[in-house]
Amino acid sequence: MTLSGFFSQFLQLAIALVLAPLLVGWVNKCRAWLSNRTAPSILQPYRTIRKLFFKDAVIAENASSIFRLTPYIVFGAMCCAAAIVPSLATDLPFARAADTIALVGLFALARVFMSLAAMDIGTSFGSLGARREMFVGFLAEPALLMVLFTASLISGSTSLPSIVDTFAHRELAIYPSLAFAGVAFVMVSLAENARIPVDNPTTHLELTMIHEAMLLEYSARHLALLEWAAALKLFNYSCIGLALFFPFGIVVSGTDWLALLGAAPALIAKLLAGGFALALIETLSAKMRIFRAPEFLGTAFMLAVLAMLVNLLLGA
Amino acid sequence: MAALPLYAQLINLLAAILLLLAFAMLAQRRVLSLIDLFAAQGLALSCSTAIVAYGTHQPHLYFSAGLTFLLKVLLLPWLLYRLIRKLDVKWDVEGLINVPTTMIIGLVLVVFSFNLAVPISTLASTVTRSTLGIAMATVMLSFLMMITRRKAIPQVIGFLSMENGLFFAATSATYGMPMVVELGIALDVLVGMLILGVFFFQIREQFDSLDLKHMEKLKEGE
Repeated sequence: MTLSGFFSQFLQLAIALVLAPLLVGWVNKCRAWLSNRTAPSILQPYRTIRKLFFKDAVIAENASSIFRLTPYIVFGAMCCAAAIVPSLATDLPFARAADTIALVGLFALARVFMSLAAMDIGTSFGSLGARREMFVGFLAEPALLMVLFTASLISGSTSLPSIVDTFAHRELAIYPSLAFAGVAFVMVSLAENARIPVDNPTTHLELTMIHEAMLLEYSARHLALLEWAAALKLFNYSCIGLALFFPFGIVVSGTDWLALLGAAPALIAKLLAGGFALALIETLSAKMRIFRAPEFLGTAFMLAVLAMLVNLLLGA
Repeated sequence: MAALPLYAQLINLLAAILLLLAFAMLAQRRVLSLIDLFAAQGLALSCSTAIVAYGTHQPHLYFSAGLTFLLKVLLLPWLLYRLIRKLDVKWDVEGLINVPTTMIIGLVLVVFSFNLAVPISTLASTVTRSTLGIAMATVMLSFLMMITRRKAIPQVIGFLSMENGLFFAATSATYGMPMVVELGIALDVLVGMLILGVFFFQIREQFDSLDLKHMEKLKEGE
Protein backbone atom coordinates (compact mmCIF):
# COMPACT_ATOMS: atom_id res chain seq x y z
CA MET A 1 0.00 0.00 0.00
CA THR A 2 1.60 3.22 -1.13
CA LEU A 3 1.19 6.69 0.23
CA SER A 4 -0.17 7.99 -3.06
CA GLY A 5 -2.77 5.21 -3.10
CA PHE A 6 -3.83 6.19 0.38
CA PHE A 7 -4.04 9.80 -0.64
CA SER A 8 -6.11 9.18 -3.77
CA GLN A 9 -8.42 6.87 -1.82
CA PHE A 10 -9.02 9.52 0.81
CA LEU A 11 -9.44 12.31 -1.71
CA GLN A 12 -11.91 10.28 -3.73
CA LEU A 13 -14.10 9.46 -0.74
CA ALA A 14 -14.08 13.09 0.39
CA ILE A 15 -15.00 14.30 -3.09
CA ALA A 16 -17.82 11.75 -3.31
CA LEU A 17 -19.28 12.87 0.03
CA VAL A 18 -19.06 16.55 -0.87
CA LEU A 19 -20.11 16.37 -4.50
CA ALA A 20 -23.03 13.95 -4.15
CA PRO A 21 -25.61 16.49 -2.86
CA LEU A 22 -24.25 18.99 -5.36
CA LEU A 23 -24.96 16.55 -8.20
CA VAL A 24 -28.55 16.19 -7.02
CA GLY A 25 -28.81 19.98 -6.85
CA TRP A 26 -27.45 20.27 -10.38
CA VAL A 27 -29.93 17.70 -11.74
CA ASN A 28 -32.81 19.51 -10.02
CA LYS A 29 -31.60 22.82 -11.45
CA CYS A 30 -31.44 21.39 -14.98
CA ARG A 31 -34.89 19.86 -14.59
CA ALA A 32 -36.29 23.22 -13.51
CA TRP A 33 -34.62 24.98 -16.45
CA LEU A 34 -35.88 22.44 -18.93
CA SER A 35 -39.46 22.76 -17.74
CA ASN A 36 -39.29 26.58 -17.64
CA ARG A 37 -39.49 26.89 -13.89
CA THR A 38 -37.37 29.04 -11.60
CA ALA A 39 -34.53 26.82 -10.52
CA PRO A 40 -33.76 26.26 -6.84
CA SER A 41 -30.21 27.02 -5.76
CA ILE A 42 -27.72 24.31 -6.59
CA LEU A 43 -26.85 24.28 -2.88
CA GLN A 44 -30.41 23.44 -1.83
CA PRO A 45 -29.68 19.74 -0.99
CA TYR A 46 -26.93 20.89 1.41
CA ARG A 47 -29.32 23.25 3.11
CA THR A 48 -31.93 20.53 3.46
CA ILE A 49 -29.44 18.12 4.95
CA ARG A 50 -28.08 20.79 7.35
CA LYS A 51 -31.59 21.75 8.43
CA LEU A 52 -32.48 18.13 9.07
CA PHE A 53 -29.37 17.51 11.16
CA PHE A 54 -30.38 20.29 13.57
CA LYS A 55 -33.88 18.96 14.17
CA ASP A 56 -35.06 16.62 16.87
CA ALA A 57 -35.67 13.09 15.69
CA VAL A 58 -39.13 11.63 16.18
CA ILE A 59 -39.34 7.85 16.13
CA ALA A 60 -42.47 5.76 16.20
CA GLU A 61 -43.16 3.97 19.49
CA ASN A 62 -43.18 0.50 17.96
CA ALA A 63 -39.95 1.00 16.01
CA SER A 64 -37.38 -1.74 16.48
CA SER A 65 -33.62 -1.36 16.38
CA ILE A 66 -33.63 -2.11 12.63
CA PHE A 67 -35.44 1.15 12.08
CA ARG A 68 -32.81 3.09 14.03
CA LEU A 69 -29.83 1.30 12.51
CA THR A 70 -30.92 1.41 8.87
CA PRO A 71 -29.85 5.01 8.08
CA TYR A 72 -26.32 4.27 9.29
CA ILE A 73 -26.13 0.94 7.44
CA VAL A 74 -27.41 2.45 4.18
CA PHE A 75 -25.10 5.44 4.47
CA GLY A 76 -22.18 3.17 5.30
CA ALA A 77 -22.88 0.90 2.34
CA MET A 78 -22.98 3.87 -0.02
CA CYS A 79 -19.69 5.20 1.41
CA CYS A 80 -18.07 1.78 0.86
CA ALA A 81 -19.34 1.76 -2.70
CA ALA A 82 -17.95 5.28 -3.23
CA ALA A 83 -14.58 4.02 -2.04
CA ILE A 84 -14.62 1.10 -4.50
CA VAL A 85 -15.76 2.86 -7.67
CA PRO A 86 -12.78 4.50 -9.36
CA SER A 87 -13.96 8.04 -10.02
CA LEU A 88 -10.59 9.82 -9.79
CA ALA A 89 -7.88 7.17 -9.78
CA THR A 90 -7.57 3.41 -10.13
CA ASP A 91 -4.85 3.11 -7.52
CA LEU A 92 -7.29 2.44 -4.68
CA PRO A 93 -6.11 0.28 -1.76
CA PHE A 94 -9.67 -0.26 -0.61
CA ALA A 95 -10.96 -1.43 -3.99
CA ARG A 96 -9.03 -4.71 -3.67
CA ALA A 97 -11.47 -5.71 -0.97
CA ALA A 98 -14.42 -5.96 -3.36
CA ASP A 99 -15.03 -6.51 -7.05
CA THR A 100 -18.07 -5.53 -9.12
CA ILE A 101 -20.16 -8.45 -7.84
CA ALA A 102 -19.54 -7.38 -4.24
CA LEU A 103 -20.43 -3.84 -5.30
CA VAL A 104 -23.84 -5.03 -6.53
CA GLY A 105 -24.10 -6.87 -3.22
CA LEU A 106 -23.47 -3.65 -1.31
CA PHE A 107 -26.32 -1.94 -3.16
CA ALA A 108 -28.52 -4.97 -2.42
CA LEU A 109 -27.62 -4.79 1.27
CA ALA A 110 -28.69 -1.16 1.42
CA ARG A 111 -31.91 -2.00 -0.38
CA VAL A 112 -32.81 -4.90 1.91
CA PHE A 113 -32.32 -2.79 5.04
CA MET A 114 -34.29 0.10 3.56
CA SER A 115 -37.19 -2.24 2.86
CA LEU A 116 -37.00 -3.87 6.29
CA ALA A 117 -37.03 -0.49 7.98
CA ALA A 118 -39.97 0.65 5.86
CA MET A 119 -41.95 -2.44 6.89
CA ASP A 120 -40.81 -2.20 10.49
CA ILE A 121 -43.25 0.51 11.55
CA GLY A 122 -46.18 -1.29 10.02
CA THR A 123 -47.73 1.56 8.10
CA SER A 124 -49.38 0.62 4.85
CA PHE A 125 -47.38 3.10 2.80
CA GLY A 126 -44.11 1.86 4.16
CA SER A 127 -44.76 -1.75 3.21
CA LEU A 128 -46.18 -0.66 -0.13
CA GLY A 129 -42.98 1.23 -0.89
CA ALA A 130 -40.83 -1.64 0.35
CA ARG A 131 -42.60 -4.17 -1.83
CA ARG A 132 -42.31 -2.00 -4.89
CA GLU A 133 -38.66 -1.33 -4.15
CA MET A 134 -37.93 -5.06 -3.98
CA PHE A 135 -40.00 -5.59 -7.13
CA VAL A 136 -37.92 -3.06 -9.06
CA GLY A 137 -34.72 -4.22 -7.42
CA PHE A 138 -35.02 -7.87 -8.29
CA LEU A 139 -35.54 -6.94 -11.93
CA ALA A 140 -32.77 -4.35 -12.07
CA GLU A 141 -30.07 -6.37 -10.32
CA PRO A 142 -29.57 -9.10 -12.97
CA ALA A 143 -29.44 -6.44 -15.68
CA LEU A 144 -26.79 -4.52 -13.74
CA LEU A 145 -24.78 -7.71 -13.21
CA MET A 146 -24.97 -8.50 -16.93
CA VAL A 147 -23.71 -5.01 -17.82
CA LEU A 148 -20.79 -5.44 -15.43
CA PHE A 149 -20.10 -8.94 -16.78
CA THR A 150 -19.90 -7.56 -20.31
CA ALA A 151 -17.24 -5.09 -19.20
CA SER A 152 -15.51 -7.89 -17.31
CA LEU A 153 -15.52 -10.13 -20.39
CA ILE A 154 -13.87 -7.43 -22.48
CA SER A 155 -11.23 -6.60 -19.90
CA GLY A 156 -10.80 -10.04 -18.37
CA SER A 157 -11.30 -8.98 -14.77
CA THR A 158 -14.19 -8.34 -12.41
CA SER A 159 -12.37 -5.73 -10.39
CA LEU A 160 -13.49 -2.23 -11.34
CA PRO A 161 -10.06 -0.53 -11.18
CA SER A 162 -8.48 -3.09 -13.50
CA ILE A 163 -11.46 -2.84 -15.89
CA VAL A 164 -10.88 0.90 -16.06
CA ASP A 165 -7.13 0.37 -16.49
CA THR A 166 -7.74 -1.95 -19.46
CA PHE A 167 -10.30 0.36 -21.04
CA ALA A 168 -8.11 3.43 -20.71
CA HIS A 169 -5.10 1.67 -22.28
CA ARG A 170 -6.80 -0.10 -25.19
CA GLU A 171 -6.66 1.25 -28.67
CA LEU A 172 -9.67 3.13 -29.93
CA ALA A 173 -12.14 0.74 -31.57
CA ILE A 174 -15.89 0.45 -32.01
CA TYR A 175 -17.42 -1.81 -29.41
CA PRO A 176 -21.09 -2.50 -30.23
CA SER A 177 -21.33 -4.58 -27.06
CA LEU A 178 -20.31 -1.61 -24.94
CA ALA A 179 -22.91 0.57 -26.67
CA PHE A 180 -25.64 -1.96 -25.81
CA ALA A 181 -24.34 -2.30 -22.28
CA GLY A 182 -24.30 1.49 -21.97
CA VAL A 183 -27.97 1.82 -22.88
CA ALA A 184 -28.85 -1.02 -20.52
CA PHE A 185 -26.85 0.63 -17.75
CA VAL A 186 -28.67 3.94 -18.19
CA MET A 187 -32.02 2.15 -17.92
CA VAL A 188 -30.95 0.27 -14.80
CA SER A 189 -29.60 3.45 -13.19
CA LEU A 190 -32.88 5.24 -13.81
CA ALA A 191 -34.77 2.45 -12.09
CA GLU A 192 -32.32 2.01 -9.22
CA ASN A 193 -32.12 5.70 -8.40
CA ALA A 194 -35.89 6.15 -8.34
CA ARG A 195 -35.82 8.38 -11.43
CA ILE A 196 -38.69 9.22 -13.67
CA PRO A 197 -39.76 6.42 -15.95
CA VAL A 198 -39.97 4.12 -12.93
CA ASP A 199 -40.38 6.40 -9.91
CA ASN A 200 -40.61 10.14 -9.42
CA PRO A 201 -38.08 11.58 -6.93
CA THR A 202 -40.18 14.68 -6.27
CA THR A 203 -43.57 13.08 -5.85
CA HIS A 204 -45.43 12.71 -2.61
CA LEU A 205 -48.52 11.32 -4.22
CA GLU A 206 -49.08 8.19 -2.18
CA LEU A 207 -50.11 5.82 -4.89
CA THR A 208 -47.14 6.35 -7.19
CA MET A 209 -44.14 6.76 -4.92
CA ILE A 210 -41.61 4.05 -4.29
CA HIS A 211 -38.49 5.48 -2.71
CA GLU A 212 -40.28 8.31 -0.89
CA ALA A 213 -42.82 5.91 0.56
CA MET A 214 -40.05 4.13 2.40
CA LEU A 215 -38.74 7.35 3.93
CA LEU A 216 -42.10 8.58 5.19
CA GLU A 217 -41.53 7.62 8.83
CA TYR A 218 -38.03 9.05 9.07
CA SER A 219 -37.21 12.48 10.40
CA ALA A 220 -34.28 14.70 11.35
CA ARG A 221 -30.79 13.17 11.30
CA HIS A 222 -32.01 9.79 10.09
CA LEU A 223 -33.76 11.39 7.15
CA ALA A 224 -30.72 13.56 6.47
CA LEU A 225 -28.49 10.49 6.31
CA LEU A 226 -30.91 8.69 4.02
CA GLU A 227 -31.19 11.71 1.71
CA TRP A 228 -27.44 11.95 1.64
CA ALA A 229 -27.19 8.21 0.97
CA ALA A 230 -29.64 8.55 -1.94
CA ALA A 231 -27.47 11.35 -3.37
CA LEU A 232 -24.39 9.16 -2.91
CA LYS A 233 -26.14 6.32 -4.69
CA LEU A 234 -26.81 8.55 -7.68
CA PHE A 235 -23.21 9.73 -7.55
CA ASN A 236 -21.93 6.13 -7.39
CA TYR A 237 -24.04 5.02 -10.32
CA SER A 238 -22.89 8.03 -12.35
CA CYS A 239 -19.28 7.21 -11.52
CA ILE A 240 -19.68 3.54 -12.46
CA GLY A 241 -21.15 4.62 -15.78
CA LEU A 242 -18.41 7.17 -16.39
CA ALA A 243 -15.69 4.71 -15.39
CA LEU A 244 -17.01 1.97 -17.70
CA PHE A 245 -17.96 4.00 -20.74
CA PHE A 246 -15.96 7.26 -20.51
CA PRO A 247 -12.77 6.41 -18.63
CA PHE A 248 -10.94 9.49 -19.89
CA GLY A 249 -9.28 11.65 -17.28
CA ILE A 250 -9.16 8.98 -14.58
CA VAL A 251 -5.64 8.54 -13.25
CA VAL A 252 -4.70 5.00 -14.29
CA SER A 253 -1.84 2.97 -12.95
CA GLY A 254 1.54 3.91 -14.34
CA THR A 255 0.96 7.67 -14.35
CA ASP A 256 2.16 10.29 -11.94
CA TRP A 257 -0.13 10.74 -8.96
CA LEU A 258 0.07 14.52 -9.44
CA ALA A 259 -2.28 13.89 -12.36
CA LEU A 260 -4.99 13.76 -9.69
CA LEU A 261 -5.08 17.55 -9.97
CA GLY A 262 -6.35 17.16 -13.51
CA ALA A 263 -8.65 14.22 -12.71
CA ALA A 264 -10.95 16.21 -10.43
CA PRO A 265 -11.94 18.88 -13.02
CA ALA A 266 -12.41 16.11 -15.60
CA LEU A 267 -14.73 14.27 -13.22
CA ILE A 268 -16.72 17.43 -12.50
CA ALA A 269 -17.08 18.21 -16.20
CA LYS A 270 -18.27 14.65 -16.91
CA LEU A 271 -20.72 14.79 -13.99
CA LEU A 272 -22.11 18.12 -15.21
CA ALA A 273 -22.73 16.62 -18.65
CA GLY A 274 -24.12 13.41 -17.15
CA GLY A 275 -26.43 15.28 -14.79
CA PHE A 276 -27.78 17.35 -17.65
CA ALA A 277 -28.39 14.20 -19.70
CA LEU A 278 -30.26 12.67 -16.75
CA ALA A 279 -32.43 15.78 -16.39
CA LEU A 280 -33.09 15.68 -20.13
CA ILE A 281 -34.21 12.03 -20.01
CA GLU A 282 -36.44 12.77 -17.03
CA THR A 283 -38.02 15.78 -18.71
CA LEU A 284 -38.67 13.95 -21.96
CA SER A 285 -40.21 10.81 -20.50
CA ALA A 286 -43.37 10.24 -18.54
CA LYS A 287 -43.67 8.04 -15.50
CA MET A 288 -44.73 4.51 -16.34
CA ARG A 289 -47.38 2.50 -14.64
CA ILE A 290 -45.71 0.31 -12.05
CA PHE A 291 -46.67 -2.82 -13.98
CA ARG A 292 -44.83 -1.55 -17.02
CA ALA A 293 -41.60 -1.61 -15.00
CA PRO A 294 -40.95 -5.33 -15.73
CA GLU A 295 -41.08 -4.55 -19.44
CA PHE A 296 -38.70 -1.59 -19.05
CA LEU A 297 -36.22 -3.56 -16.98
CA GLY A 298 -36.73 -6.67 -19.09
CA THR A 299 -35.57 -4.61 -22.06
CA ALA A 300 -32.54 -3.50 -20.07
CA PHE A 301 -31.74 -7.11 -19.19
CA MET A 302 -32.19 -8.19 -22.80
CA LEU A 303 -29.86 -5.42 -24.01
CA ALA A 304 -27.24 -6.40 -21.47
CA VAL A 305 -27.45 -10.08 -22.46
CA LEU A 306 -27.28 -9.09 -26.13
CA ALA A 307 -24.17 -7.05 -25.33
CA MET A 308 -22.59 -10.15 -23.84
CA LEU A 309 -23.62 -12.35 -26.78
CA VAL A 310 -22.40 -9.82 -29.34
CA ASN A 311 -19.13 -9.62 -27.47
CA LEU A 312 -18.75 -13.40 -27.47
CA LEU A 313 -19.60 -13.80 -31.13
CA LEU A 314 -18.05 -10.77 -32.77
CA GLY A 315 -15.26 -10.31 -30.26
CA ALA A 316 -16.12 -6.65 -30.22
CA MET B 1 -7.20 -9.49 -29.90
CA ALA B 2 -5.92 -8.27 -33.23
CA ALA B 3 -7.51 -4.98 -34.20
CA LEU B 4 -9.88 -5.33 -37.13
CA PRO B 5 -9.80 -2.81 -39.96
CA LEU B 6 -12.23 0.06 -39.56
CA TYR B 7 -14.70 -1.21 -42.13
CA ALA B 8 -14.94 -4.59 -40.44
CA GLN B 9 -15.63 -2.83 -37.15
CA LEU B 10 -18.35 -0.81 -38.84
CA ILE B 11 -19.90 -3.98 -40.24
CA ASN B 12 -19.86 -5.52 -36.79
CA LEU B 13 -21.55 -2.41 -35.43
CA LEU B 14 -24.24 -2.52 -38.12
CA ALA B 15 -24.75 -6.23 -37.50
CA ALA B 16 -25.32 -5.48 -33.84
CA ILE B 17 -27.77 -2.72 -34.77
CA LEU B 18 -29.60 -5.14 -37.05
CA LEU B 19 -30.00 -7.57 -34.18
CA LEU B 20 -31.17 -4.79 -31.90
CA LEU B 21 -33.76 -3.69 -34.46
CA ALA B 22 -35.01 -7.25 -34.79
CA PHE B 23 -35.61 -7.28 -31.03
CA ALA B 24 -37.22 -3.87 -31.15
CA MET B 25 -39.64 -5.15 -33.78
CA LEU B 26 -40.41 -8.12 -31.59
CA ALA B 27 -41.28 -5.83 -28.70
CA GLN B 28 -43.09 -3.14 -30.69
CA ARG B 29 -46.80 -2.71 -30.06
CA ARG B 30 -47.80 -0.24 -32.75
CA VAL B 31 -48.10 -1.09 -36.42
CA LEU B 32 -46.82 2.26 -37.67
CA SER B 33 -43.69 2.11 -35.52
CA LEU B 34 -43.19 -1.44 -36.75
CA ILE B 35 -42.98 -0.13 -40.30
CA ASP B 36 -40.49 2.55 -39.25
CA LEU B 37 -38.37 -0.11 -37.59
CA PHE B 38 -38.53 -2.21 -40.73
CA ALA B 39 -37.33 0.80 -42.77
CA ALA B 40 -34.50 1.34 -40.27
CA GLN B 41 -33.52 -2.31 -40.62
CA GLY B 42 -33.42 -1.88 -44.38
CA LEU B 43 -31.22 1.19 -43.97
CA ALA B 44 -28.77 -0.68 -41.71
CA LEU B 45 -28.70 -3.54 -44.21
CA SER B 46 -28.04 -1.28 -47.15
CA CYS B 47 -25.28 0.58 -45.26
CA SER B 48 -23.57 -2.65 -44.29
CA THR B 49 -23.75 -3.93 -47.88
CA ALA B 50 -22.20 -0.70 -49.13
CA ILE B 51 -19.44 -0.98 -46.52
CA VAL B 52 -18.74 -4.59 -47.52
CA ALA B 53 -18.58 -3.39 -51.14
CA TYR B 54 -16.12 -0.66 -50.19
CA GLY B 55 -13.99 -2.85 -47.96
CA THR B 56 -13.68 -5.81 -50.31
CA HIS B 57 -13.74 -3.95 -53.64
CA GLN B 58 -16.78 -5.71 -55.02
CA PRO B 59 -18.52 -3.13 -57.18
CA HIS B 60 -21.61 -5.27 -57.80
CA LEU B 61 -22.45 -5.04 -54.12
CA TYR B 62 -22.95 -1.29 -54.54
CA PHE B 63 -25.85 -2.10 -56.85
CA SER B 64 -27.43 -4.44 -54.36
CA ALA B 65 -26.94 -1.85 -51.62
CA GLY B 66 -28.72 0.72 -53.78
CA LEU B 67 -31.44 -1.76 -54.65
CA THR B 68 -31.94 -2.57 -50.97
CA PHE B 69 -32.19 1.11 -50.16
CA LEU B 70 -34.74 1.82 -52.88
CA LEU B 71 -36.84 -1.22 -52.17
CA LYS B 72 -36.69 -1.67 -48.41
CA VAL B 73 -36.24 1.85 -47.14
CA LEU B 74 -38.42 3.76 -49.58
CA LEU B 75 -40.79 1.61 -51.61
CA LEU B 76 -41.95 -1.15 -49.25
CA PRO B 77 -42.53 1.10 -46.21
CA TRP B 78 -44.42 3.51 -48.45
CA LEU B 79 -46.58 0.66 -49.76
CA LEU B 80 -47.22 -0.55 -46.23
CA TYR B 81 -48.12 2.94 -45.05
CA ARG B 82 -50.56 3.32 -47.92
CA LEU B 83 -52.05 -0.07 -47.20
CA ILE B 84 -52.61 0.83 -43.58
CA ARG B 85 -54.21 4.12 -44.52
CA LYS B 86 -56.53 2.40 -46.95
CA LEU B 87 -57.43 -0.41 -44.60
CA ASP B 88 -57.69 2.14 -41.79
CA VAL B 89 -56.06 -0.17 -39.28
CA LYS B 90 -53.89 1.57 -36.71
CA TRP B 91 -54.71 -0.64 -33.76
CA ASP B 92 -52.10 -1.87 -31.42
CA VAL B 93 -50.59 -5.17 -32.39
CA GLU B 94 -51.79 -8.01 -30.23
CA GLY B 95 -49.28 -10.69 -29.47
CA LEU B 96 -50.11 -14.24 -28.47
CA ILE B 97 -47.44 -14.12 -25.76
CA ASN B 98 -46.62 -11.08 -23.63
CA VAL B 99 -43.58 -9.00 -24.51
CA PRO B 100 -41.06 -10.00 -21.81
CA THR B 101 -41.66 -13.69 -22.47
CA THR B 102 -41.28 -13.14 -26.20
CA MET B 103 -37.97 -11.41 -25.60
CA ILE B 104 -36.66 -14.21 -23.42
CA ILE B 105 -37.62 -16.74 -26.12
CA GLY B 106 -35.85 -14.41 -28.55
CA LEU B 107 -32.68 -14.50 -26.45
CA VAL B 108 -32.76 -18.30 -26.43
CA LEU B 109 -33.14 -18.23 -30.21
CA VAL B 110 -30.13 -15.92 -30.53
CA VAL B 111 -27.97 -18.26 -28.46
CA PHE B 112 -29.21 -21.20 -30.56
CA SER B 113 -28.44 -19.53 -33.87
CA PHE B 114 -25.05 -18.30 -32.67
CA ASN B 115 -24.15 -21.90 -31.84
CA LEU B 116 -25.53 -23.03 -35.17
CA ALA B 117 -23.43 -20.49 -37.03
CA VAL B 118 -20.09 -21.25 -35.39
CA PRO B 119 -19.17 -24.31 -37.52
CA ILE B 120 -20.34 -22.60 -40.71
CA SER B 121 -18.44 -19.41 -40.08
CA THR B 122 -15.21 -21.27 -39.37
CA LEU B 123 -15.44 -22.61 -42.94
CA ALA B 124 -16.08 -19.21 -44.50
CA SER B 125 -13.06 -17.12 -45.39
CA THR B 126 -14.67 -13.69 -45.49
CA VAL B 127 -13.88 -10.84 -43.14
CA THR B 128 -17.54 -10.63 -42.20
CA ARG B 129 -17.98 -14.30 -41.33
CA SER B 130 -18.55 -13.65 -37.64
CA THR B 131 -21.73 -11.75 -38.46
CA LEU B 132 -23.32 -14.92 -39.89
CA GLY B 133 -24.67 -15.80 -36.46
CA ILE B 134 -26.38 -12.44 -36.22
CA ALA B 135 -27.91 -12.88 -39.67
CA MET B 136 -29.31 -16.25 -38.65
CA ALA B 137 -30.57 -14.79 -35.40
CA THR B 138 -32.39 -12.09 -37.37
CA VAL B 139 -34.08 -14.76 -39.48
CA MET B 140 -35.09 -16.69 -36.36
CA LEU B 141 -36.41 -13.58 -34.62
CA SER B 142 -38.50 -12.70 -37.65
CA PHE B 143 -39.88 -16.24 -37.60
CA LEU B 144 -40.76 -15.76 -33.95
CA MET B 145 -42.47 -12.49 -34.79
CA MET B 146 -44.57 -14.18 -37.46
CA ILE B 147 -45.53 -16.89 -34.99
CA THR B 148 -46.44 -14.64 -32.09
CA ARG B 149 -48.44 -12.04 -33.99
CA ARG B 150 -52.08 -12.54 -34.70
CA LYS B 151 -52.82 -9.87 -37.27
CA ALA B 152 -51.93 -10.03 -40.93
CA ILE B 153 -49.80 -6.90 -41.38
CA PRO B 154 -47.26 -7.63 -38.62
CA GLN B 155 -46.91 -11.12 -40.03
CA VAL B 156 -46.08 -9.69 -43.43
CA ILE B 157 -43.54 -7.32 -41.88
CA GLY B 158 -42.03 -10.32 -40.12
CA PHE B 159 -41.80 -12.08 -43.48
CA LEU B 160 -40.08 -9.09 -45.06
CA SER B 161 -37.62 -8.72 -42.21
CA MET B 162 -36.83 -12.43 -42.53
CA GLU B 163 -35.79 -11.69 -46.07
CA ASN B 164 -33.56 -8.92 -44.69
CA GLY B 165 -31.88 -11.47 -42.46
CA LEU B 166 -31.33 -13.89 -45.35
CA PHE B 167 -29.86 -11.11 -47.45
CA PHE B 168 -27.51 -10.19 -44.64
CA ALA B 169 -26.51 -13.83 -44.27
CA ALA B 170 -25.65 -13.92 -47.99
CA THR B 171 -23.44 -10.83 -47.78
CA SER B 172 -21.72 -11.94 -44.61
CA ALA B 173 -21.02 -15.52 -45.67
CA THR B 174 -20.17 -15.12 -49.34
CA TYR B 175 -20.01 -11.41 -50.20
CA GLY B 176 -23.40 -11.46 -51.83
CA MET B 177 -25.17 -13.54 -54.45
CA PRO B 178 -24.92 -13.12 -58.22
CA MET B 179 -26.70 -10.06 -59.51
CA VAL B 180 -29.40 -12.07 -61.31
CA VAL B 181 -30.36 -13.92 -58.15
CA GLU B 182 -30.47 -10.70 -56.17
CA LEU B 183 -32.66 -8.98 -58.73
CA GLY B 184 -34.94 -12.01 -58.78
CA ILE B 185 -35.34 -12.02 -55.01
CA ALA B 186 -35.92 -8.27 -54.90
CA LEU B 187 -38.68 -8.53 -57.47
CA ASP B 188 -40.13 -11.58 -55.71
CA VAL B 189 -40.41 -9.63 -52.47
CA LEU B 190 -42.02 -6.72 -54.26
CA VAL B 191 -44.54 -8.89 -56.08
CA GLY B 192 -45.20 -10.87 -52.91
CA MET B 193 -45.92 -7.64 -51.08
CA LEU B 194 -48.33 -6.50 -53.77
CA ILE B 195 -50.18 -9.81 -53.79
CA LEU B 196 -50.39 -9.85 -50.01
CA GLY B 197 -51.78 -6.32 -50.18
CA VAL B 198 -54.61 -7.61 -52.34
CA PHE B 199 -55.05 -10.54 -49.95
CA PHE B 200 -55.52 -8.16 -47.05
CA PHE B 201 -58.50 -6.59 -48.73
CA GLN B 202 -59.95 -10.00 -49.53
CA ILE B 203 -59.44 -11.24 -45.97
CA ARG B 204 -61.10 -8.20 -44.54
CA GLU B 205 -64.01 -8.40 -46.93
CA GLN B 206 -64.55 -12.02 -45.95
CA PHE B 207 -64.13 -11.79 -42.18
CA ASP B 208 -64.49 -8.07 -41.37
CA SER B 209 -61.12 -8.21 -39.62
CA LEU B 210 -57.46 -8.90 -40.31
CA ASP B 211 -57.20 -11.31 -37.44
CA LEU B 212 -55.83 -14.50 -38.95
CA LYS B 213 -57.42 -16.78 -36.39
CA HIS B 214 -60.59 -16.61 -38.49
CA MET B 215 -58.73 -18.42 -41.25
CA GLU B 216 -58.06 -21.44 -39.06
CA LYS B 217 -61.65 -22.60 -39.47
CA LEU B 218 -62.19 -24.91 -42.41
CA LYS B 219 -65.97 -24.94 -42.53
CA GLU B 220 -68.22 -21.96 -42.45
CA GLY B 221 -70.91 -22.88 -39.98
CA GLU B 222 -68.62 -23.56 -37.00
